[in-house]
Amino acid sequence: MEFGFLVGSIVKILALLAYIYGILWVMAQPSRWVKAGGLIVAFGVVQLGLTKFGNFQILNSFDSGLLFQASAMTMVALGLNLIYGFNGQFSLGQWGFYGIGAYTAADITYRWVNGDARGLVVIAVGTILGAVILTGINKLLNQIRGVPVMSAFTLYLIGSIAAGYVAVMAGKLLFPVFQPLLGTNLEPGILATGIPLQVVFFLAVILAGVFAAEISFLLGVPVLTLGSDYFGIATLGFTIVVNVLMVNSDTILPFPEMKGGRGMVGIPKLTTWFWAFFFMIVVIVIMRNILRSSTGRAIMSVREDETAAKAMGIDIAGSKLMSFIIGSLFAGMGGAIYAHFIGFLSPGSFDFLVGFNPLIIVVFGGLGSMTGTIAASFGWLFFLEGLLRVLLGQMGTEAPTWRYVLYPLTLLLLMLIRPQGLLGTVEWGFLKAKEVLVRQKPKPASTDTPAVQA
Amino acid sequence: MENNTSSPTILKVEGLTKYFGGLGAVQNFEMVLKQGDLNGLIGPNGAGKTTVFNLITGIYVPTRGLIEFDGTSTAGREPFEITRSGIARTFQNIRLFSNLSVLDNVRIAYHPHAGYSLTDSVLRTKRFYVKEDELTEQALDFLAIFGLEGIQNELAKNLPYGQQRRVEIARALAANPKLLLLDEPAAGMNPKEIIELMDLIHFIHDRFNLTILLIEHQMRVVMGICRYITVMDFGQVIARGNPKEIQANQRVVEAYLGKGAGHAA
Ligand SMILES: Nc1ncnc2c1ncn2[C@@H]1O[C@H](COP(=O)(O)OP(=O)(O)O)[C@@H](O)[C@H]1O
Ligand SMILES: [Mg+2]
Repeated sequence: MEFGFLVGSIVKILALLAYIYGILWVMAQPSRWVKAGGLIVAFGVVQLGLTKFGNFQILNSFDSGLLFQASAMTMVALGLNLIYGFNGQFSLGQWGFYGIGAYTAADITYRWVNGDARGLVVIAVGTILGAVILTGINKLLNQIRGVPVMSAFTLYLIGSIAAGYVAVMAGKLLFPVFQPLLGTNLEPGILATGIPLQVVFFLAVILAGVFAAEISFLLGVPVLTLGSDYFGIATLGFTIVVNVLMVNSDTILPFPEMKGGRGMVGIPKLTTWFWAFFFMIVVIVIMRNILRSSTGRAIMSVREDETAAKAMGIDIAGSKLMSFIIGSLFAGMGGAIYAHFIGFLSPGSFDFLVGFNPLIIVVFGGLGSMTGTIAASFGWLFFLEGLLRVLLGQMGTEAPTWRYVLYPLTLLLLMLIRPQGLLGTVEWGFLKAKEVLVRQKPKPASTDTPAVQA
Repeated sequence: MENNTSSPTILKVEGLTKYFGGLGAVQNFEMVLKQGDLNGLIGPNGAGKTTVFNLITGIYVPTRGLIEFDGTSTAGREPFEITRSGIARTFQNIRLFSNLSVLDNVRIAYHPHAGYSLTDSVLRTKRFYVKEDELTEQALDFLAIFGLEGIQNELAKNLPYGQQRRVEIARALAANPKLLLLDEPAAGMNPKEIIELMDLIHFIHDRFNLTILLIEHQMRVVMGICRYITVMDFGQVIARGNPKEIQANQRVVEAYLGKGAGHAA
């Protein structure tokens, strides 16, 4: 039994790696049809595994749990790799943004299925208006120039509060309009079931990401100027503050439905494999498209050498802020996926100690390797929560605790043997940088061809 | 005073002073560069040459003084904005993006004017592909000029020293500057490489219609290619003139060889 389980687990981990490789390979194919078809097949294979045929199911509920968690973790960890691995800013704030995303999305759908449209309306109006106001202020400040960071931050903060106020007002105003369409928890209205509910969930994931991104902008403006070490400490503080707010969400914050330290129950379990897969692929594509572009080169140049980047005309502060915002966007979306898979949010899951998990995954997979992060997110969960937990569980009730000794040791060993992480900077298929091998155009006849508009 | 008297002024530095604590690294530095100049800035180690570069490019904020590039003062501008206005530089101790490919090192220079937006990149629009191909072609052209063809996919850190120097100059040139600042480009090179480098500097100067200011520590190098030379010692300008005048200047010889050595040399 134990031996069989061990072999089975290892096979599962290897199958997952092959699966990831296959997805990245098919996404690298030039034909759109092959790409789309391949992705549908990749989605379908797992979906089939999750489907019950009578009593038979290839992936049991334990496996599927790990699968969903891993896809959420992939999104969070990719975001962190963008911030830390590619841009070089050591951040411990990722878990805070993950938590913000989880609670934000959960609040939207929880209220929705309980006949309250305010969650969606307030967050939607707030984030959209917030985005407009923040970019407006940003444009203005770029024109005025030389505004001290703290003054800029104050302006942004005032703008955000204004957006929040308008959003709450809009919520109050529109609340009665939606009420008849939403019904109650027991008798859902037409908007609270079926496709409309799926649409709301989709919006909730996006809005949770955008909301987390906006918070990260507000945090990033003052804090990113500090330099990497201080930035790490400040973002750790942020994660702790977010956690404290969660614990007291029903007392010092006006959110009784979040139930503070007791945890938020009754979140509709809307995360299907379709959504988890869909959003994971979206995150992978967005991140890869950014990294393999001029913006991506700018982001990496900041990690490599800030002084040289400045001398090449790179806006260091802007580049750091952008990576931080996009990384947090991914974290927020990951949180939303997690919340609607697990159906229950406890502040304990967002403790800063747990927050080291994405960091470990990013380092384990290889700083600056997207492939490494994806593989490590899946491998790590299946290894730690799947294999080790069950295996140790058979040795006694307390034995699973040993995994918290075993996996730091694994990490330590890896750092000694392979400090660049499991995959270093290796990328697979779709994620590979396009190598420019030969000139696309015939070589210019003479060196007088204007390479530069002199 | 320069030989390009008729050309427009591109850089004007007046009363430039920089203190680090009590140390006057640069004091009352003055300099005028005309369009098309290829001038030298020399002086013994610690004279303040690199500091002058850092002040011009905005890495350091001057304690006092005025820097005017292309008719406008650079005061209060971020280094990246100064670069974008047309000043590119290399560094005394090479500063390449070590873990990026040679091609990417050069392509970074195109970032401020890549011609496509973040949205274009995320959605992979036609514009993205067209512009990205265009700038890749241009970057490859630069690599070809510098004899770096075929190594575009190598990581910068894996190149030999001489090639790294050339990549750094190629990168600076790709930024399409009006003024190029070279900080001891010959450092660490053997005599053969130095001769090649000097030819290269001559070549790019003519080909791209550039204004170049060259820092050198070894006098021999500048004498060969610069028409006009400024000499610094202990943060101050101690001499100016053409190579002949500089070689004959008593204070310069003393600065390089120590007091009293002038007669012996
Ligand atoms: N960032 C700095 N902080 C303190 N002192 C500096 C700094 N940069 C340069 N200096 C000092 O300024 C003087 C001039 O240095 P530098 O401009 O590098 O000389 P050079 O390039 O002519 O060899 C030296 O004494 C150096 O130690
Ligand atoms: Mg120097």
